[in-house]
This record gives sequence, C-alpha cells and structure tokens, in this order.
Amino acid sequence: MRYNERELLSLARQPAEKAAEIRMSVPKKGSVLKKRLVKLVVNFLFYFRTDEAEPIGALLLEHCKITKEEENVFSISFIEEPERKYCFECATEEQCQEWVEALKRASYEFLRRSLIFYRNEIQKMTGKDPLEQYGISEEARFQLGAHRQ
Amino acid sequence: MKLNERSVAHYATCDSPADHAGFLRKRVERHHHHAHHHGTSYQRRWFVLKGNLLFYFEERESREPVGLVVLEGCTVELCEAAEEFAFAIRFDDAGARAYVLVADGQAAMEAWVKALSRASFDYMRLVVRELEKQLEEACKSLAACRKSPQRCSSSGRKRHLSNPALQPLQEKPTTLENGYSTWSSGGCVAGGATCTDHDGGQTKPPPLPPRRRSATGSATGSLAPGLSPAMLESPVSPETICFSKLHNWYGQEIAVLRREWQERQKRGHP
Repeated sequence: MRYNERELLSLARQPAEKAAEIRMSVPKKGSVLKKRLVKLVVNFLFYFRTDEAEPIGALLLEHCKITKEEENVFSISFIEEPERKYCFECATEEQCQEWVEALKRASYEFLRRSLIFYRNEIQKMTGKDPLEQYGISEEARFQLGAHRQ
Repeated sequence: MKLNERSVAHYATCDSPADHAGFLRKRVERHHHHAHHHGTSYQRRWFVLKGNLLFYFEERESREPVGLVVLEGCTVELCEAAEEFAFAIRFDDAGARAYVLVADGQAAMEAWVKALSRASFDYMRLVVRELEKQLEEACKSLAACRKSPQRCSSSGRKRHLSNPALQPLQEKPTTLENGYSTWSSGGCVAGGATCTDHDGGQTKPPPLPPRRRSATGSATGSLAPGLSPAMLESPVSPETICFSKLHNWYGQEIAVLRREWQERQKRGHP
C-alpha cells in the first residue's frame, strides 16, 4: 500500500501531544524492550531511536486496544490481530496511566464520538444545534449513527 | 519508516462508516525530470475518506487499498488543470507533490473539496473544543439561573435558555429554552453542573465534568441516549464508560434540580 511517507515524516516533526522516552517492544518473535522516543501526534504514535531525527516507525491509532498490563506496562494491539502487541514499559506507574488515558482518546473515531455527544447534549439543553452557526450541520462526519456510502 | 500497514488497510476496508466515497480520476505523477511529458494520464480509482485518511482502491470491490493519503497539514484547492472538475490536495512542504484529482461533475467536485478540507484531525479537535466550551457555558447559565434567578437576565448569553415553567418562581422573568419541559418527561438527560450551595452573590463556576478523569471506573452504565449501540462497538470500550459516567452525573444533577424547584413550588416561593 502506497502512502505519503514524506507528509507522515513531516507530521512526526510536529509538536506532540505527548512524548517520552519509553522502553518498547514490537510484536515480533524474539523482540526485546528497547529504549525509544515515543511521540503522539494526532492519531499517530511515532517511535524513534533516541538519537535519531527520523522515526523508525508509526502506528495509526484507529481500531486499536490500549491495555494496562502489569505494573508500569501497557500495550497497544489492533482489533484484527489482538494477540500481536506493542508493549511499552514506563518509568513509573503514573506515567503509564497517563499514556493509557492519552492513547485511549487519541483516535479520530474517539474525537468524532465526543463531538456527536456534545452536539447532542447542547441541543437538548438549548434547543439549538451548535454546528449550525458554522454551517456544518449536514456534514456526514458529524452525524449520529451510520452514514454508510 | 515502518507503518502498521495491515491494521491501516483493515481500518480502510472494515465496516466503520466512511465520511465520503466515490470514483475520482487521479493524475499519474511522473518524476521531475520527466516533467515535460506531453500527455498527462489519469487513473480511475475508488476513493474512501475515513477521518483524516484518504484511501484509494483499484476497484470499488477491491479488498485492499492501493494507496493512502494522510490528510494533516494539507490544503485542498480547485485546479487550473486542463481537466474540468479538477482539484488538488497540496501539502505545506515545499518539495511535496500535489495530488490532482478529477471528479465526475461539479456537484461531486464540490462535495469532495468540502469533505477533504474538513478532514483533518486538527479541525475535528477544534470543533470538539468549541463544543466543550459551549456545553460548559450552557451549564453555567443553568446553574446561575438556578442559584440566583434575579441575575439570570443579566447576560445575553443566557437568553437562549428559556423555560416557561420557571417564570412563576422568579421576580424577573427569564427566558430559558427547552429546559425542564424536556427533562421532566424523563429519560432525556441534559447537561447540568454540580452546583454546591453558595449564597446570593458570586456563583462559582461549576467544576468541570468528570470526562477528564481516568476512565478506569466501573464498566456498567447504560449507553447515553442518542448513541446507538453500533457506534460503540469499537473495541476501545472505555469510551462508553466515559459517556455513561457523564450521563449518570448529569442525570443526578437534573434529579436534584427538579426536586428542589418542586419543593419551592410547594412552599409558594415568590
């Protein structure tokens, strides 16, 4: 699958929502935990060798499951391959919880559900659709329920 | 750079609804040193927009996308290309190539340009933050009106909330729209701030709703009204916990408010 790697690399250089040095392992046989710079930018998680400017890899955080594992450890897996886990060992339990929370909210789909929720609540409270003033009420992405093509 | 391509491809083809889809012709890009080629060629592809990701497939029924365009930091503009109904996705990066796409007609082109220009994560985040603010304001208005009815009409912001049922309780009539009438019918939940009792003067701003706290609480709770189960079948299930916590939290506040003004009515509060 082709993709615009150049833009993705550019995205990796943007200010991050969250960044830290965390020990990480990939779901490959014999993989060990290695210290990486892990950076959350929009719905992508980039990971770098600590002394390099370009990321080794990127994870799109849609349809993924963030699991708190044992102490200081969390994992990311994807819905179609739940046994393949990217593991992250944090320095402290607190850091671990922060990352779990942040990553659970990192997907575009989560953002969309939040928007629909707030829209609905505001509408119920005020009787007005808050998106009307922006002229985006009819946009497919802001609709409740399925809007399949 | 590695990308979790298998998962990305799965996201492209799975059941989750697309924000836009349709056939477009995609200009084939050649290397710079071939820039003076005579003809431009286009390939017809099936495009699917999901969130900030634009996928394209060889055929509508293809099981895997041929390619992906990540749509952060791009602009979408109409194109002065030889083709009619052409538009381009361009990135800030100086050397970056543009994606030139051609729609079937004027309406299709406009729909795509609109959909793509609002596709970024950043845009979505902006709108969500704006709505969060609006919900807080609506809560504050509600709280202020409840605590000190005579202060309610002071701010223009609060005028959009009108509730005829409250008028007999106050000296100055306030306008609160769509207030208790909906709530008293039960089942519906509207936002409300937890208002601890302060007297007369300054109403403190209500505390932020618990959405920012950890979502590792109990997993029970009904779905918030208006959210169909299909929307929440994502495996990232703690999101449902957030919503149901909010739901219960608001619901409690409404129950308290109702009890209080029902009691006031009984006591013949002026």
